[in-house]
Order: sequence, then structure tokens, then C-alpha cells
Amino acid sequence: MAHAQILKQLDIDFLGKRRIAAIASGVVMVLCLLSILFRGFNFGLDFTGGTVIELGYEEPVEVAEITATLAEEGIADATVQYFGSNRDILIRIAPQEGEDASAKLSDRVFKLLDAEADTAVELRRVEFVGPQVGEELREQGGLAVLFALIGILVYVALRFEWRFAVGAVAALMHDVLFTIGMFSIFYIPFDLTVLAAVLAVIGYSLNDTIVIFDRIRENFRKMRKGTVIEISNRSVNQTLSRTIITSGTTLLVLLALYLLGGAAISGFSLALIIGVLIGTYSTIYIATAAAVWLGVSKADLMPIEKEGKVVDDRP
Amino acid sequence: MNQYPLWKNLLILAVVLVGLVLALPNLFPQDPAIEVRAQDGELSAGAIAEIAAAMENADVPVKEIESRDGGKALIRFATPSAQLRGQAALERTLGDRVQHALTQSPDLPGWIEALGLQPMFLGLDLRGGIHVLIDVDMEAAVEQALERYTGDIRTLLRKERIRYLTVGHQDGRIAVRFRDEAQRDQAAKVIRSEFRDLEVTTGSEGADAYVYGNLPPAKREEIKDFALEQNITTLRNRVNALGVAEPIIQRQGERRIIVQLPGAQDPARLKDLLGATATLEYRLVDTEHDVQDALDGRVPVGSALYYERNGQPILLKRRVIVTGDQITSAAAGFDQQSGSPMVSVSLDGQGARQMRRVTTENVGKPMAVVFIESRSVTRLIEGEPVKDRVRTEEVISVANILEPFGRRFQTTGLDSSEEAHNLALLLRAGALAAPIEIVEERTIGPSLGQDNIDQGFRSVLIGLALVVIFMALYYRVFGLVADVVLVVNLVLIVAILSLLQATLTMPGIAGIVLTVGMAVDANVLIFERIREEIRNGSSPQASIHAGYDKALSTIVDANVTTLIAAIVLFSFGTGPVKGFAVTLFIGILTSMFTAILGSRALINLIYGGRRVKQLAI
Repeated sequence: MAHAQILKQLDIDFLGKRRIAAIASGVVMVLCLLSILFRGFNFGLDFTGGTVIELGYEEPVEVAEITATLAEEGIADATVQYFGSNRDILIRIAPQEGEDASAKLSDRVFKLLDAEADTAVELRRVEFVGPQVGEELREQGGLAVLFALIGILVYVALRFEWRFAVGAVAALMHDVLFTIGMFSIFYIPFDLTVLAAVLAVIGYSLNDTIVIFDRIRENFRKMRKGTVIEISNRSVNQTLSRTIITSGTTLLVLLALYLLGGAAISGFSLALIIGVLIGTYSTIYIATAAAVWLGVSKADLMPIEKEGKVVDDRP
Repeated sequence: MNQYPLWKNLLILAVVLVGLVLALPNLFPQDPAIEVRAQDGELSAGAIAEIAAAMENADVPVKEIESRDGGKALIRFATPSAQLRGQAALERTLGDRVQHALTQSPDLPGWIEALGLQPMFLGLDLRGGIHVLIDVDMEAAVEQALERYTGDIRTLLRKERIRYLTVGHQDGRIAVRFRDEAQRDQAAKVIRSEFRDLEVTTGSEGADAYVYGNLPPAKREEIKDFALEQNITTLRNRVNALGVAEPIIQRQGERRIIVQLPGAQDPARLKDLLGATATLEYRLVDTEHDVQDALDGRVPVGSALYYERNGQPILLKRRVIVTGDQITSAAAGFDQQSGSPMVSVSLDGQGARQMRRVTTENVGKPMAVVFIESRSVTRLIEGEPVKDRVRTEEVISVANILEPFGRRFQTTGLDSSEEAHNLALLLRAGALAAPIEIVEERTIGPSLGQDNIDQGFRSVLIGLALVVIFMALYYRVFGLVADVVLVVNLVLIVAILSLLQATLTMPGIAGIVLTVGMAVDANVLIFERIREEIRNGSSPQASIHAGYDKALSTIVDANVTTLIAAIVLFSFGTGPVKGFAVTLFIGILTSMFTAILGSRALINLIYGGRRVKQLAI
């Protein structure tokens, strides 16, 4: 049959390289952690509080002029940059001390620059987040990731077996840490949509893990011969073309979103692109390897034989 | 083999058809329109005829004028410029009697409208507008309640002729001080019977005896709840007075209110008016005592020291004749004699009676109008947010009572006609029960909203096209089936979003794009299984059957976990993130339906029930 197939029957020894992968992952995780701890994040307005103003001018404008005008009026810590073209200006103002910490700051800035400009200025966007809200959003974000992990741990433990659940959650934590680690190392702006993307990565990466676990479970029950490693390898190979195609189609649409979706969701798409790539890797080398390492065995996944299971669980 | 019973095919067909109908309203363009409301009550048929005449006189082409529920009318225009000219014409002719707001309205055929179908509800990031999150100062609400109790207790004790030393409140507790215990016990009895919702206790400190009044926790909650609800009502009145179509004013959590004003253009004025707490109080001037004594610190009992706008000190009676709450309507104008800006005020029944009684008793004596503004401000002090409450009370006018008056009168002394205008609006809308502060703002200009829609839809279309082409090339006939159900999936997502009127935001569009990528996953799982079965030597029909069968539990497991992530996102997320969670959630459910049932039905129709030598997969 003339199938358009990327991958025919494959037999790659994925798990044979699990030690190398574990070391590589470990090193990267430590780097990510160090960066998160010492370098921190380039938190967006959602988490730090402050004001962002996007203005559209009819004529090209000079960033330096705007910076100078703002400085004259005592508005400190303002970053002014072009946004798309030299007629679009984005102003970020860090939370100000005293009275300027309020939502009124943006009105003051707009009035000031509108008066200063020769032609009409369009107020395209204003975002203001008060200091108390930024703190809340940071807390809620952390809690959201935590609860998602707990919910998934419970579900996988119920549906499969605790070793798989631990493996799956280890993989998820790996993916989350890697994704946010990249945002920290490359100091990419981290806002609410990126946080949403991180949670979506959790869902996606797990999707992948479940597909392989499902196959391992099936093969454990079906295949009479073979070691745990062999069966796991077989399962990974059997699902490999599906893994690649699904990641591929998801990456296709994410690239479309990243390139065409505009600046508002570029961070979101980037986080998902990183997450989808790393999620595919972690399914094999973290989730499956962790389950194997924790000593998953055929008996664990056999349809229930009560007495046998109890004995098996005891060391 | 591989045939669905007729009912199953029909069911799937029915779902798809219903989905198509529900999604249909999104295809129709939006008309620029003006929503017209009567200043009070309903628009009469005559008013609608007047509007039509006004448009004709001004030579503004109108597409249609329709009357809407709630005594409103909608004027449709073909172009935005006609809409703006229409607005000007409306202001010239009926400006003083109606309120109007610029809006957009889909031009739906009659039968769709009759079914009550609507297009998706676009979030502010897509249509432009102002979103503010307002924090209600609950501590101030409780403090104000305590303030009221202290005043009432003072009045009660005076009425009962029980002598007390001081009445005050501190740390959320009311304390009344007495010289001896007999008076204290007598007072405790009276207070207990009059204020049943207070927890009244007695005690003594040093030589003095005390009655304490505590607010029980339930009462505290009630006060806070009331303050929040009252504030929502007031904000709604203010927003209506400003003329914004389809405003959203919603409670969020224990102390926050969300206000969303689609299409609103002037954030500075809106924020000023939303957050303002300006109100008036009418008090008698204390003419019996000397201001100088009060300045030296000897303020007479029952009076308080105020300042006029020019800084002049003045002594006013503590008793308030009328507060802003009792004002039922207010209109700005100019005083006929002096030509200075003024607000003419009408009082409710109780206020009018009080005003008449006090003015009758005090003809010839001066009365003062106090302008009160209280704000909550969060300042950053060395990086830490600190909440401050600022209350300004200024005497804006003092005038002798020439003759008794009651329901209607004028107040002058305002700085500008703009101040008079805003004050009248605020008095009409009612006072805020507790000071508020804007803690978050997201304003999107209309052009940026349109840019976002364009970019969003372009990325959905291109993402979809890429996936469709890939699937058709890679899985051939089966790929085409996957493509058909993918498009149906999109239609169903749009249908459900329209039906629920859930808000579609930019991250929501991202959620749809992501669903497109992931929705094919179920089909990929099934098709790979079928290929495997074929490789293992199964017959085509058996391969199809086994492929769907074996992939099912995997698909369900994989999707449930993503659902968990979506639910967590929904419950923790705010605004934009919620939009993403909603589309992700809906997308997962619809994709399970289309990818499993829908694709199977199509495959069955193509291959089922006949001899097949080879599958085009």
C-alpha cells in the first residue's frame, strides 16, 4: 500500500538512553531553577502592577522626545518604545510612589502627550493594575498551577496506578519548570496569558503521557514475553507516529498564532510552542522512565486479582 | 459491519443542523446604531415618530428605527458617519428628553431574531471599550455604620433625658461614657430595646461607667453586603446617565465590582464619574457661638468647625437637615440673578418635611451647604501599598433663609458649570454607600479592537487551513473526513458560544486555535490504530471497527485531563484567562463529539456495509 507514512514500524531504543536523558534533564532543571531563583521573571504589568499606554500617532515620532516630556513632568521609570511601527508608541510605567499609583496616571500622561503633539493622538490601549491586584494575581497564579497538578495527580492515580501518577506529575513539573525557566533565562515578558498557556501546557503534556501509558497498560496485558523496558519501548514506538503528527499539527497552528496573532498573544503562543516541544520529550524520558524506575510491573496493571496484588505490594 | 443505526445518524445530523443555525447570526454584519432611551419611563410612539422626523430634517439616511423592549428604540445607520450625524441631530432636537448611546447591532433577518438567536458576545479586547475593577472600601462602610449608630444613640439618650458624658466609637466598637452606674444601666436598657441588632454590654474603666455596643459578625456582613449592592445600584445609575449601551456591572467576590463599558471613548471622564463620591449636606449655621473660640479648641457641643472654599472658618450645627440621599432629582443650570452655576434640587417626602420644618423655625437665619467628597487612595510608600482615606468637606454656600421652603430649591457656590453638571449627575444617581477605588483598568481603543479581531480570525483560518491540508495529504479519504469534522467542530464551538452568550476574548480565540490543533489528535489516534490493525493483517472493516474501539478509552482519558486544566483555569482566572478556559472547555467537549461520533458516522457512510478491498488511509 502506498501509504504516505513518515514512520513505518520503528524500533528505537528510547528507554535505553534514559540515564543520559535523566542527566541532561537534571542539568537543565537546575539551570532553570537557578535562573528563576536568582534572575527571576520579567513579570508583565499583570503581576507587578503599573500602567501601560499604547498610543497611535499620525506622524512618526521620536521616542526620546516622549521620554523627555514625561521626565519633565516627574513621571519616573517610564519605558517608551515603538510598538509595530514608528508611529505606534508603547509606554510602560512602573508603579509610582504616592498619588500617581492610581488609575488617574494614564489620563495625565495622555493629556500631556496629546497637548505636546502636533497632530491627533489616538489612545489605543490603557492597562492599569493597582499594586494590591498584582500581588493577588501572583498568588492566584501559583495556586492555579498547584491545584491543576493535584487534580491531575488524583485522576491519573485513580485511572492507572500510583507509579504512573507520580511519573505523569514528575513530567508535568518538568515541563512547567522548563517552560517558565526559558521565560526566566531569556527574560521574556511573563504576563497572565503566559500563565494560562502554562496551564494549557500541563493539559497538553498530560494528554501525551496518557496516550503512552494507555498503550503500556494494554501491552502489559497483551504481551506475554518481554521485560518492562522492552514493553515500554515497544509502546513508545507504536505511538510515536501519533505523537509526532499531533505535536506537528498543534505546532502548525501555534506558529500561525505566534506569527499572525499580534503582540497581545505572542507570549502565550511562545509558551505553548516551548511546552508542546518539551512535553513530547518528557512523556518518554520523564513520565515513562519514572514509572519504570519506580518499578512498575506487569502485575500492577493486570485486571484485579485481589490476593496477588496485596502480596505484590508488600516488600 | 460498520453501520450506524438510522437514529444515530439522524441525531448527529440534527446536532450539526442546530449548530449551524445557532452559529448563523455571526455571519451577518454589524450596523452602526444609536440606542435611545427616555430620560424617565418609556419612549412613546410619538417620540419615535419625532426621532424619524428629526433624522429626515437633518438629512441623515436611516436604515431602520425599531422599538425595543424596556421602552428603548434603536436607530440603524448604513455608515459610521451617518451614525455620528444622526447623534448630532438627536442631541439638537430631543437632547433634553432622551438619553442615547452609540452602539453596534447585527442586522439579522426577521426569522433569526424571532428565534431569539444572537451572535457571539465579543469581549472588550475585541470591540473596544473600558473595563475597570473597583474595590469597595468595606472598612469605611462599617465605620460609617458605626458613625450612624453613635448619632442615633446620642439622639435617643437626649430624648430619654439620660445624661451621658461622651458617645464615640473606636476599633469597631461603640462606647458611651457615663458619670455613674445608675445612668449607665438605665441607658443600657434603653439602647438594648431600641437597637436590637447591637450586642450591648456594660463595664467600667476608672471612675467612669461605660455602655459598649458591638456589631455582631452577621450584622457586619450584612452592612458590607448592603454597601456593595448599594454601590452597584449607584454605579448602574451613573453609567446609565452617561449613556453607554450594554454596560456590564457585576459583583466579583466579596468587595469588588467589575464595570465594563463597551465602545466607551473617554476613559478620563468615565473614571472620574464612576469613582466620585461627591454629595451635599444642608446644615444650620451656629450663630450663638464664636468661631474664634472654636478655633482655639473650644468647639461647642452640638457644633462642628468647617471651612469655606476661600478658607474662612465657620461653625455649623452638627445636626444635618437633609443629606444627599434624600435628593430625588437634580439638574444643573445658571442662577437667574447672579448668573453663576447652580444645581436645582428636589427632595423626597421625608427630606422635604424636614427642610420645611427647619426653615420655618429658622427664617432669617443662615443655612450652609456642605460639599463632601471622600476617596480611598492606595499610595505606594517605599514599595508597599498603603490604603488611605481622604475626606474633604467644604462649605460651598451660606445664605439666609428668606422664607420657608420644602421640596424644591437651588444651591449655588459651585466653581464651574462643569462642576455643577457633574454634581447634578452624581446627586441624581444617588450616593455611594462606601468609597471606592479603581484598582484595575483595561481600556481598548476601537481600532485596536478591530485589529485584534482581524488578527485573531486570520490566525484561526490559516491554522485551520494548514491542518486541513496536512490531514488530507497524510490520511487521504480518512483525512478528508477528519477535515470535515474539524470544520463542524469549529461551527459547534461558535454555536455554543453564541448560545451561552459567553464572552469571546482574544485569548478565547487563541483557545479555539489551540483546539483546532488538538482536536485532530483524536482522529490521529484512531487512524493510527486502524493502520496498525491493517498492518497486523486485519480486514479493512475489522480494522475500522477495532481502530475506533481501542482508541476510545485513550481519547477520553487524554481529554478529561485537559478538561481538569481548563476547569482550574476557569475558577482561578480573571477576565482574559477565563475567556481562554471557556473556549478550551467547550472545544474539548465538541471535539470529542465530532472526532469520535461524527467521523465514525462519515466513515460508516463511505465504507460501511459493503465489501472493501482497501482503505484509503
